[in-house]
Amino acid sequence: MKVRVALNVNGEAREALVPSHKTLLEVLREDLGLTGTKHGCELGECGTCTVLVDGEPVLSCLALPVEAEGSRIVTVEGMAEGGRLHPLQEAFVELGAAQCGYCTPGILLTASALLAERPSPTRQEVKAALAGNLCRCTGYTKILDAVELAALRMGRQEARS
Amino acid sequence: MTKNEFAVIGRPLPKVDAWAKVVGETKYADDLFLPRMAYAKLLRSSHAHARIKSIDTSRARALPGVFAAVTAADLPRVKFGILPVSQDEEALCAEKVRMVGDPVAAVAAIDEETAEQACRLIEVDYEPLPALMSIFDSLAHPEVRIHDYGDGPNVHKNVALQFGDVDAALDGAHLVREDVFFFEGNNHMPMEQHAAVAQWTADGKLTLWSSTQTPHYVHRVLAKTLDTPAAHIRVIAAPVGGGFGGKTDPFSHEIVACQLSKLTGRPVKIALTREEVFYTHRGRHPVLMWIKTGFTREGDITGCHLRTWLDGGAYGSYGVASTFYTGVINPVTYKIPVYKFEGARIFTNKPPCGPKRGHGTVQPRFALECQLDRAAEQLGLDPAEMRRRIVAEPFTKTANHLTVTTIGLGECIDRVVEASGWRVKRARYGVTAKSPRASRSPRKRGLGLACSAYLTGAGTAIYWNDMPHSGVVTRADRSGGVTVLCGATDIGQGSDSILAYLTAEVLGLEPRDIHVQPADTTLTPVDLGSYSSRVTLMCGMAAIQAAGRLRDAIFQAVARKLEVSPASLVARERKIGVPDDWDKAVPFARAAELGEALHGVLAFPGSYAPPKRAGKYKGGGVGPSPCYSYSACVVELTVDEETGAVDLEHVWIGHDVGRALNPLLVEGQVEGSVYMGIGEALMEEQIFRKNLHKHPSMLEYKSPTTLETPEIHTILVETDDPEGPFGAKEAGQGPLLPVIPAIANAIYHALGVRIDEVPITADKILKALELKRVGKPPRVGPTRLPLLAFKPPLVVESAFGQPADPVVSRPFAR
Repeated sequence: MKVRVALNVNGEAREALVPSHKTLLEVLREDLGLTGTKHGCELGECGTCTVLVDGEPVLSCLALPVEAEGSRIVTVEGMAEGGRLHPLQEAFVELGAAQCGYCTPGILLTASALLAERPSPTRQEVKAALAGNLCRCTGYTKILDAVELAALRMGRQEARS
Repeated sequence: MTKNEFAVIGRPLPKVDAWAKVVGETKYADDLFLPRMAYAKLLRSSHAHARIKSIDTSRARALPGVFAAVTAADLPRVKFGILPVSQDEEALCAEKVRMVGDPVAAVAAIDEETAEQACRLIEVDYEPLPALMSIFDSLAHPEVRIHDYGDGPNVHKNVALQFGDVDAALDGAHLVREDVFFFEGNNHMPMEQHAAVAQWTADGKLTLWSSTQTPHYVHRVLAKTLDTPAAHIRVIAAPVGGGFGGKTDPFSHEIVACQLSKLTGRPVKIALTREEVFYTHRGRHPVLMWIKTGFTREGDITGCHLRTWLDGGAYGSYGVASTFYTGVINPVTYKIPVYKFEGARIFTNKPPCGPKRGHGTVQPRFALECQLDRAAEQLGLDPAEMRRRIVAEPFTKTANHLTVTTIGLGECIDRVVEASGWRVKRARYGVTAKSPRASRSPRKRGLGLACSAYLTGAGTAIYWNDMPHSGVVTRADRSGGVTVLCGATDIGQGSDSILAYLTAEVLGLEPRDIHVQPADTTLTPVDLGSYSSRVTLMCGMAAIQAAGRLRDAIFQAVARKLEVSPASLVARERKIGVPDDWDKAVPFARAAELGEALHGVLAFPGSYAPPKRAGKYKGGGVGPSPCYSYSACVVELTVDEETGAVDLEHVWIGHDVGRALNPLLVEGQVEGSVYMGIGEALMEEQIFRKNLHKHPSMLEYKSPTTLETPEIHTILVETDDPEGPFGAKEAGQGPLLPVIPAIANAIYHALGVRIDEVPITADKILKALELKRVGKPPRVGPTRLPLLAFKPPLVVESAFGQPADPVVSRPFAR
């Protein structure tokens, strides 16, 4: 059975006619063309498909689009604003935190939710926040470094404004 | 040369593809959606070993939304495999299945769900055969044959090589140790599941986009298995979401997607599930090892004899090479005057093993380094000082005729010893330490060390040929931009970036001025693939040659214009000119126009093949490499003797990378290698229960998260190797090797128990502590070895200590 879902994705109103059991991950990728969101297991084990729903990290492979109706969904494509990269994206570029890049979107979004809640987290807090996101390339070191660098810069930006 | 002579080399620059990756623009294979595309699924065997009596696809074909359902009958009956000597795989099994997960049929349908549903409607009548699930099973049942080829019943490969009189060397030793180890298999578990999109167009031409590390080999296999001219096939490696060796074979799903595209007249996508990735495997071989080594009183090695038994799984894959690799690389690290190696790969009814990061060398490294630790203790030597003493000599040959060039291992050891506070902590921590505070707590602290070496690219190609291993075409256009075409495949290691950096360095440009077109068999010259840590060196050398030829041509034109000699010109800051008269320097874009006016189109090739210096004996082709990287590792950990839980606190790793072309990327490779070694050491295992993978999911297949990964302290050592591009050696695999034995040695230091079996899990530690408590040898590890007659060894004189050949054949060097 197909249902019409109306979603707010990256600030845009989007609609799709999809089978009612199709996951948010599949709808984002296949119906809305937002392939920046990746799949690693489709069973909620790896964190790769993380998107933000009203600011909270959500595993889109376990979520149904109907659950997200009326909420604000942010995918990696929505992180940069007006052509300007999010400080996390900049830090990931500068510090080589993305190797194959496949886990990167999920990690960026999880980290952005952390920084929204805790602007200057300790390294242990960053580790705890990202413990549900697997990465097989980096050994996490450069990822943790990049999140810390972004936090530092966002803190400074905040202080200036 | 010093670092500041370079404009690009040695700088911690972003990767050229980093921006696309952080905004979600990078298109991996499964991100491609083509108009009218169909979705395919494979029906896989539920039996570990069975004869196929019949397959009926009629109900599947009748399902609405199904475009095609195929079996082996719908494909040319041709077997394939990555190695010419092991052509034993079928795109779809025709008569027999050899493992759970073997593909038997496939469906293309309007969507994935319909394809899955249709697969369930396919009826396969199997006649079960006995399943052989271990080395011991396979050798005990020669009457059950998994394959009808190989070096004996269920023996894929049996090798035996001897370099010098090992028995005499062991007889003359002060100490002889004989130890037995087991290394369990494990999966690469790349974050991206394999995916492919095939498009067979009306003009009879085929394009395949695939998450592959080896588009060139896939190209050859498609031509063979689809009975189609290679000239009409184009293979494009999409950016790969992690490989680690798991995407280095040509696969059934790639071939089947192509055939389904041909039959349906539509593009066809196939994407494996995570469970299918675990069954597709090609991961680390489970290996049983017996190692006997003689030592002098001072800790020198007098000789070494190694036996390995590999559990190969159901197919050949890279197995012949894997078998050799379990034996040939250990002598590159230390002075081993005489050496004997016997190895055998056994077929079992499990997913095939193949190359995983450190291919075949990780397991015997674990054995050797744990044995050295024991020998040092028995000899009353410090394990670091003992290793320091026996480091191999640079620019010599090993017993097994491998030529080593620069060796930075001594410095690696010194620096990790220094950085970790080795001497102080070894005395303060550990089971024998006298600190009263430490003895009360159940958490015991330990420090362990190990070393390793790894090749920088295999010296021989997978199929015999005299052509380059890596090719580049570099062209300059009138915009001042430069395009580098190269078959190299970026799997996250940064090969696109390396090509851009090297080209920019030679031409005096910025990396962003370089457009890299990788991994497209129609557009790019062949590179053999992203395996054996070959890409930076081989593509790098080809890129430097191509860029150098382009620079020479442009210099000629600029020299005419400025009325100076070409030799007086330099390229830097996007200009070409005479350093003393820089005001007259010509912008690169203008220089390219002058060059094109003089020469015509500016496009130049670069070619690289490794120096020809393989040992002149049968089997001498596996092991040679232009140069070897070296690593030393110290691990600091605590173990809880009540729970057996291991907490890693710090890893110090020194890595001789020759030269860090980009230190940020090298550190990333080292850190990733350390991480993967930790997973293998403590938790990752590909094991089976009732013929099925015990945990084919990312939740149950345990791998380290941020919380289990310790602080990794990377120390880069530069030796400026004459074989590498600007002196660079590999970094992507070697640093994994020492981590595992360093952890095992640290656990011994902490608790006084030996776990001679990887992964080192809490239950094994508790079992060893219990043995210790009841006064038995505190060791957990294998207790029996397979009964298998190795063939009489090929006896060759040891080449140990001979100087590296001064004259070497270097194809394409000019």
